[in-house]
Amino acid sequence: MALDSDTQKFKYIGTRPDRPDGLDKVTGRARFGADFSMPGMLHGAILRSPHAHAKILKIDATKALALRGVKAVVTRADFPTGLTGEDWNIQENVMAGEKALYDGHAVAAVAATSQLIARDALKLIEVEYEVLRHVTDVDKAMADDAPVIREGAADYSVPEGMHPNIVRYMESGRGDLEAGFAAADLVLEQSYKTEAAHQGYIEPHACVGQLGADGKGELWCCTQGHWFVRQMCTAVLGLEATQLRVTPSEIGGGFGGKTTVFIDPVALALSRKANRPVKIVMSRSEVLRASGPTSSASMDIKMGMTRDGKITAASGTFRMQGGAFPGAPVDVTTMLAFANYDIADVHHIGFDVMTNRPKQAAYRAPGAPMGAFAVESMLDELCRQLGLDPIDTRLKNAVKEGTRATFGPKFPPVGLIETLEAAKAHPQYNTPLGPNQGRGVASGYWMNWGGETSASVAIGEDGTVQVSIGTPDIGGSRASMALMAAEAFGVPYDNVRVNIADTGTLGINEPTHGSRATFASGLATVEAAKEAIGKLCKRAADKWGIDAEAVTWEDGFAKPSGPNAGEFPPLSIAEIAAEMGSTGGPISGHFESSPDGFGGSFGTHIVDLEVDPETGRSTILRYLVVQDAGKAIHPAYVEGQFQGGAVQGIGWALNEEYIYGADGRLQNPIFLDYRVPVASDLPMIDTIIVEVPNPGHPYGVRGVGETGITPPLPAVANAVRDAIGVRMTQLPLTPPRVLAAIKGRG
Amino acid sequence: MVAVNLWSGLRALADGQEVVEVEGETVGQLLDALVAAYPGLAPAMERGVSISVDGQIIPKNRGAKVNTDSEVFILQRLYAG
Amino acid sequence: MSKIHVTTTVNGDEVEYLCDPRETLLDCLRDRVGLTGAKEGCGTGDCGACSVTLDGRLVCSCLVLGAEAEGKEVTTIEGMATGDTLHPLQRKFIEHAALQCGICTPGILIAAKALLEKNPDPTETEMRYWLAGNLCRCTGYDKIIRAVMDAAQEMREAS
Repeated sequence: MALDSDTQKFKYIGTRPDRPDGLDKVTGRARFGADFSMPGMLHGAILRSPHAHAKILKIDATKALALRGVKAVVTRADFPTGLTGEDWNIQENVMAGEKALYDGHAVAAVAATSQLIARDALKLIEVEYEVLRHVTDVDKAMADDAPVIREGAADYSVPEGMHPNIVRYMESGRGDLEAGFAAADLVLEQSYKTEAAHQGYIEPHACVGQLGADGKGELWCCTQGHWFVRQMCTAVLGLEATQLRVTPSEIGGGFGGKTTVFIDPVALALSRKANRPVKIVMSRSEVLRASGPTSSASMDIKMGMTRDGKITAASGTFRMQGGAFPGAPVDVTTMLAFANYDIADVHHIGFDVMTNRPKQAAYRAPGAPMGAFAVESMLDELCRQLGLDPIDTRLKNAVKEGTRATFGPKFPPVGLIETLEAAKAHPQYNTPLGPNQGRGVASGYWMNWGGETSASVAIGEDGTVQVSIGTPDIGGSRASMALMAAEAFGVPYDNVRVNIADTGTLGINEPTHGSRATFASGLATVEAAKEAIGKLCKRAADKWGIDAEAVTWEDGFAKPSGPNAGEFPPLSIAEIAAEMGSTGGPISGHFESSPDGFGGSFGTHIVDLEVDPETGRSTILRYLVVQDAGKAIHPAYVEGQFQGGAVQGIGWALNEEYIYGADGRLQNPIFLDYRVPVASDLPMIDTIIVEVPNPGHPYGVRGVGETGITPPLPAVANAVRDAIGVRMTQLPLTPPRVLAAIKGRG
Repeated sequence: MVAVNLWSGLRALADGQEVVEVEGETVGQLLDALVAAYPGLAPAMERGVSISVDGQIIPKNRGAKVNTDSEVFILQRLYAG
Repeated sequence: MSKIHVTTTVNGDEVEYLCDPRETLLDCLRDRVGLTGAKEGCGTGDCGACSVTLDGRLVCSCLVLGAEAEGKEVTTIEGMATGDTLHPLQRKFIEHAALQCGICTPGILIAAKALLEKNPDPTETEMRYWLAGNLCRCTGYDKIIRAVMDAAQEMREAS
């Protein structure tokens, strides 16, 4: 695809207009998942297992059904049988079958005339369990004596003789590791661990579902991708895909966690049984116990480096648990762990392991931050022991266009070197540090995504533009779409209205995930606009009695392309639109594809922090994010993605973790104890947007959402090492752990 | 013929070869030819893989064109987040 | 269980509702009064998404019972703008791109307004501690703090 951005001056792209939905969102008018209601609606509530692993012997709902106001109870018996693969996994996760597989696993659900009655009814459902041995730690789950979560869950890749909890195994790499390590002046080996972190969206999952005996249904929910919801719900309930229409509400954060379903099929199943719409809203503790956090990881890394800072070889073993189902993102972890660097001899081993924890869900750059923590920590240690500058060393090894990636192919144009150079030139890098203060540097990568995409534009009778896309606006993407449409049509930004279409209105769209919305929906919007512009030119050509090819589109006007085309006064989009009913009918444009030209985004972060030697608490003093955006459509929202990703990473590095008791129950299922960063924890987050255009997008866009969470884990750990003189290899770096490390320093 | 690079975990399923040569003008034709030549790869292909052609990662577009001199890698199935 | 009759004032209007003694003010505002601007993010007073003022005092409405609003004055996000004129904080939040998903925005605006009414010229640190009870998972708080600082300055200059 032609890259216009080198030659083109932009009028709208790169500006910072107010977002189109701003007014709704600052006045409380915007309707989020829990804000939707229906006439005759019932309220649903879900009974969850208190055990980490237990056989369900009997469920008796007689007393619950006898409670006044209770209209329906569903258990797994109300769902179809015979599902396979991921459809079965999702069904089993939304409603347990023979066994409860983790603390919080749904075992039954109630619909009643009020939420209070529904909750009261849950207490009347009698469940008989046979408690089984459980395991929540990834390394323990691989041990010979570990309880088996489910026999036969492993796929073809697992060699014989491994524990049944190991469900996928992977190996990749190239070159001669032995020779590579032999060529090094320093070889280090170290193990690292990261705990599971939750996406922590402030809006709990919420939906209203209505499903009739005719197999036709409607669903309103907060989701990153309503076609995914449609596919999953219809598969779990045995419906035809297009008989369920899913309309997304505004979404209160997702970060990957709202690309799947937890409560939606349950609301639909209750509705089918009660013949009334059913609303379910998760509580915060349900969100933490039963929606998907990310994986926890246990990793062994070995790297070799020459005295002058060249990485000679690297190998890693990555063990990741994804809860009671296959799917830990170890494939991405192995692929990206060493991907920042040009390394000839490299090898990865990966294990996807099941434990008695909730089914992991995607979380911002799924799989990448764990590997980055291990590898960038070790790189920092190599630099430290060899007396090398961490940015210069990264520059010496950084990948660029044409470098053979550690996962095989050669890189297209990428911006790692540009981010490193900008970070090095930033004043923060040379700001003097005081006592107990430390500085950490790390880089990270996310390869981004295209995905199935469908978009339409339609011209209004007054010449304004309506854009319909299928990717929910989770962080200002309506503004980006409107800017791109304004640029393509040459009409003012305010003349564009962007709508998020429901599943009944457009073809399939993948969710707002993979940092793809601005890239893929943006590309589809621009291409749809081009189709509409072709039609606008044709109408002008017909009016002037010349060939359509002799008409060009410029700044919102159709014009004869040159003197040979004839002399006609330009026709504005409004003038053509005003007559369209009588010149051939409505004018619209459409585009659909699974675009492949997504370009990956590299980032480099610098963090300065201070560790309180009395308490072990780390305070972030300064933070810099440098990242390649390809082309920033709305720079304020690009900065926002950088800042938000960095702070989620800071939380994962310093405080956030899933804490399980010996009984396998989650000990911290509220925000008081699952401690996400608050305003007083942080300084301003400085940003630099690097723009190395992506040749795969008409305006050079690269997705920017995910890369930003990858560098903070190691950057923070490297800074703590700098501050306290001890290398910490297990996240999070909570005050007690840091304090213990300081005391142990002796 | 197009040279297709396999990740090391797949090599055991393709007679230990790191690079295999198969006929095909599109990604889909290459994948089908791979399974025809090495039936042991079938479960891996059914589970899903991604392909890289000349540095561009192609998650699932079977129609993407491949030239005889293209550099092709089979990668783990990738997904978004 | 019999319901409690509550007469209260919400955003200047007299409002009556019947509520279960267990229902929170947040439930009553959302389900009985029909004002869904205040959000439930946690139900335990940790996230601030349900922030409202009760007789001028900033509270988490998920920690107040609906029955406690009897005879009191409640202000929610729906009462922040004057007609079609946005409060300076609302305007600055849009201008500074201080929201991404927007779910925390109503609570943060209510909390920030309460701060500026007490202290028209807070330092950045004072703002950060005041807003520490309002979680935002999207922005990293940078643009939120900038928007509040900018609004505070504009409000000082206007007064």
